[in-house]
Amino acid sequence: MRLLFTSFTIWSFTILLLIIFRRRERLCSVAGGLGLVAGSLFAIAAGVTTLLSGLYERVYLNWNYLGDKVSFTLDPLAAWFVIPVCGLSLLAAIYAIAYDWDAETGYSKSFSWILFILLVASMVVVICAANGIVFLMAWEVMAVSSFFLVVRDSGNSHSSQDAGWIYLIATHLGTVFLVILFLFAQAQTGSFEFMVWEKQGLIIPNRSLLFLLAVIGFGTKAGFVPFHIWLPEAHPAAPSYISAVMSGVMIKTGIYGLIRSIGWFGASIPHWWGIAVLVIGIVSGVLGVLFAIAQHDLKRLLAYHSVENIGIITIGIGIGMVGLSYNNAGLIFLGFTGAVLHVLNHAVFKGLLFLGAGSVLHSTEEREINKMGGLLKRMPLTGVAFLVGAMAISGLPPLNGFVSELTIFVSGVHSLLSKDVTIGLCGAAIVGGLALIGGLAAACFAKAFGIIFVGEPRSDKCSKADESSPLMTIPMLVLAVLCLVIGLTGAFIVSGVAPQIVQNISKTSNLDITMYQTQLSTALMYVGLTGGLLILLLAIFALVKKALMTNRPVSYGLTWDCGYAKPTTRMQYTASSFAQPFLELFKPILRTKYHYHVHSPDNLFPQSAKFHTETPDICHTEVYRPVFLKISEILMKFRFLQHGYIQIYILYIALALILLLIWKIG
Amino acid sequence: MTASMLLKTIISVVASFVLAPLLLGIINRVKAAFAGRVGQPILQPYYDIFKLLKKGFVYSTTTSWIFRLGTLISLAAIVCALLIVPCGPFPALISFKGDIFLLVYLMGVVRFITVISALDTGSSFEGMGGSREMFFSALAEPALLLALMGLAKITDSFSLTSISNTLSAADWFNNGASLALLIGTLFIVLLSENARIPIDDPNTHLELTMIHEVMVLDHSGPDFGVINYISALKLWIFSAIISPILFPIHTNNLLADFSVWLGGMVLISIAVGIVESSMARLRLTVIPQFLLGATALAITAIVLTWIG
Repeated sequence: MRLLFTSFTIWSFTILLLIIFRRRERLCSVAGGLGLVAGSLFAIAAGVTTLLSGLYERVYLNWNYLGDKVSFTLDPLAAWFVIPVCGLSLLAAIYAIAYDWDAETGYSKSFSWILFILLVASMVVVICAANGIVFLMAWEVMAVSSFFLVVRDSGNSHSSQDAGWIYLIATHLGTVFLVILFLFAQAQTGSFEFMVWEKQGLIIPNRSLLFLLAVIGFGTKAGFVPFHIWLPEAHPAAPSYISAVMSGVMIKTGIYGLIRSIGWFGASIPHWWGIAVLVIGIVSGVLGVLFAIAQHDLKRLLAYHSVENIGIITIGIGIGMVGLSYNNAGLIFLGFTGAVLHVLNHAVFKGLLFLGAGSVLHSTEEREINKMGGLLKRMPLTGVAFLVGAMAISGLPPLNGFVSELTIFVSGVHSLLSKDVTIGLCGAAIVGGLALIGGLAAACFAKAFGIIFVGEPRSDKCSKADESSPLMTIPMLVLAVLCLVIGLTGAFIVSGVAPQIVQNISKTSNLDITMYQTQLSTALMYVGLTGGLLILLLAIFALVKKALMTNRPVSYGLTWDCGYAKPTTRMQYTASSFAQPFLELFKPILRTKYHYHVHSPDNLFPQSAKFHTETPDICHTEVYRPVFLKISEILMKFRFLQHGYIQIYILYIALALILLLIWKIG
Repeated sequence: MTASMLLKTIISVVASFVLAPLLLGIINRVKAAFAGRVGQPILQPYYDIFKLLKKGFVYSTTTSWIFRLGTLISLAAIVCALLIVPCGPFPALISFKGDIFLLVYLMGVVRFITVISALDTGSSFEGMGGSREMFFSALAEPALLLALMGLAKITDSFSLTSISNTLSAADWFNNGASLALLIGTLFIVLLSENARIPIDDPNTHLELTMIHEVMVLDHSGPDFGVINYISALKLWIFSAIISPILFPIHTNNLLADFSVWLGGMVLISIAVGIVESSMARLRLTVIPQFLLGATALAITAIVLTWIG
């Protein structure tokens, strides 16, 4: 905890410096970056010490607010979330120094660094808050600072500004549900302290209603379908390193909140809660990846993959909750371990992919996948890092995505083998759903990597692209190495820290999880060994091939196109063509719009033709837009109240006050 | 595992690596017999691989290191995958609870790398092949994993080795319907993942159904030899999973069990040959339904285990 306060001191001091030297742009970049890095290092250290010692630290500030003392807690669960939050923010900060160095940004350097630091600090406070009021205040700072960062570079672009507004409205609507939940909890227990809620348990007749409030409130931040619509809007608009932080870790605060809130509802939770969460997870996972396949804006595609991965995490939470309600230690352990492992893994590879997308964007000024191509030769380091991220997010061994997906798969098998048919069906749903998600994710990233980085460039800007500066590539390479390291050493994480975290979540210390823990770490040990074997074999094969190539004829030619010797780069398969079979099969859900502009030929040959597809979000177009249009239509009827004269508004206030007084007296 | 058992296991694994291309030879002979031809020698797949391995290299100037390293990554992954599959009565060298998923995802690595290597050539044919390959296997993957889950459910164990050791003739009496459905699913997935009729045709690459073969159009020489060998290993892996379900026989004689297992593999190859000779390729638009049907079979099999 002391280490954590050191971070906050460093961050506050940095903000102070940034305010004082706000006119010196370059100095602000360096100071902001260094301050963020230094503070994050201390916070990571705090997280690691807590995880290793397994201690629960609690600090009360001598400051009463609404009847409770302001308090913070750092337990294994919080520590597990603090580490990726600060780790990814640290790397993103290094990246940001180079990303913004010469760029024309919407705000001064000083202001955007202050916002970035506030965002990171507020995420840490959200995770460590032990009091509802502190939590909500930090939650709000997090939302507002990230909103300003999302719209930073929007300038006069209406679409970017709209994206920011959609984000701000969505996140506040989510917060409303949390405020109601917290007020109910306070009304019942007389306190805003999480600890009191845990001890007393929010056991009221309609606690299921409270749980739904938590699912919607936290789910909006996390991006559960159908509350996900802000993600594909906000991420493309935001600067890439902010997308990395938001998508990699900020949305996880929603997951954190949901996991934390499970403990508030008393010991025996109804069976259907876990099943409902599981279904939300599978639906979010499948729809997220389907919509991702249909996108050809790189950052939008990645944003939908966040929805997918949040879905995978939620599957883990769901089966863990099913385990809690049936008192099944195996499911509790495997489900929650899978979920928290995937929280870390997703932070690593999604951070990597967004930074990679930023590097591509920085170099080619292009987000449209169909206009890219051949970047691996021009940006070798970004390319390799992106490939590792793409394979990791597809859940391919020996990378980290596989470790957490395997854990959730194993939890699925455990429930399938259970005697209870309900649990068994959950297991079948997990395995089938996760297999479909995995296959579709691999297809999507084969498309993304294959169209962006290999083949021939499809536009001039791409053929002139250059590798980004080392400050940008090094953070990506660090994350890529982490993907491999976690993939090979998952066993140590499971045997080292998973039990503390699961015990922290389930609130029972007498859970007999030894068997499952041994089983899982054995499995991951084998996964690591097989991964090592794969790399060893690859090295041997590569050496053999190198030897063969030195004494055999090696010749080069054009790609064979059925004898056609004059290919142009525009003849290559595009991202849209790659995705076409998927769009066709899932037409009822995706509802892709095809726009053809073909002019009938007036010469011997047709001159120009255009083809364009777009896949708007079905929740956005079919659910929210009609509802919000209707609301604004109703509200328009009250337009007559607005005249623009301040005197009349003061009259309204006075009238309202008088009416309230009469009501109070009468 | 005792030292002698370990030795025998290693011999059985080596035998798998050596015998794998033979299955392709058997399929070709069956197809020839149906067509009234004598057909190529049964060892032809070996001759092809060795001939290709002796040749030089030709690369497209469009390609990058992905294309050159791709086949090797695929080979490494498929070798690891084969080590997870038990060889009849002999346990797999890599065996743990949950190894099913590692096997399936290692084959996912092979597919992913093959597809990005195909896109690396910049050819629209290969792009089309890659897209279809990813599309069909995304639909085949739930079928495959659910079928394996069905086996896990019936044997109450979830590593391939323990499934193959636990399956017994009694399971056919108790859960016969489920097992039959699971074999159906696994066989359909085998056909789909190994580029066989009715989903794909291993003999053509320039037809409208081009999927797997078209992705490797630009591979030549040793690279292509390696790809042929990878296909052989892939077919071997799928057959090795199905064979113990067909003949769940455990005598105390390891050699007899091993021979029965090999016999099962030969039978599966013959079945593939018969399907290829007697069926036309499906229309592309029908294939998703075919694969979803396979998934439905697997789900039915799982549900039947609760009833049965």
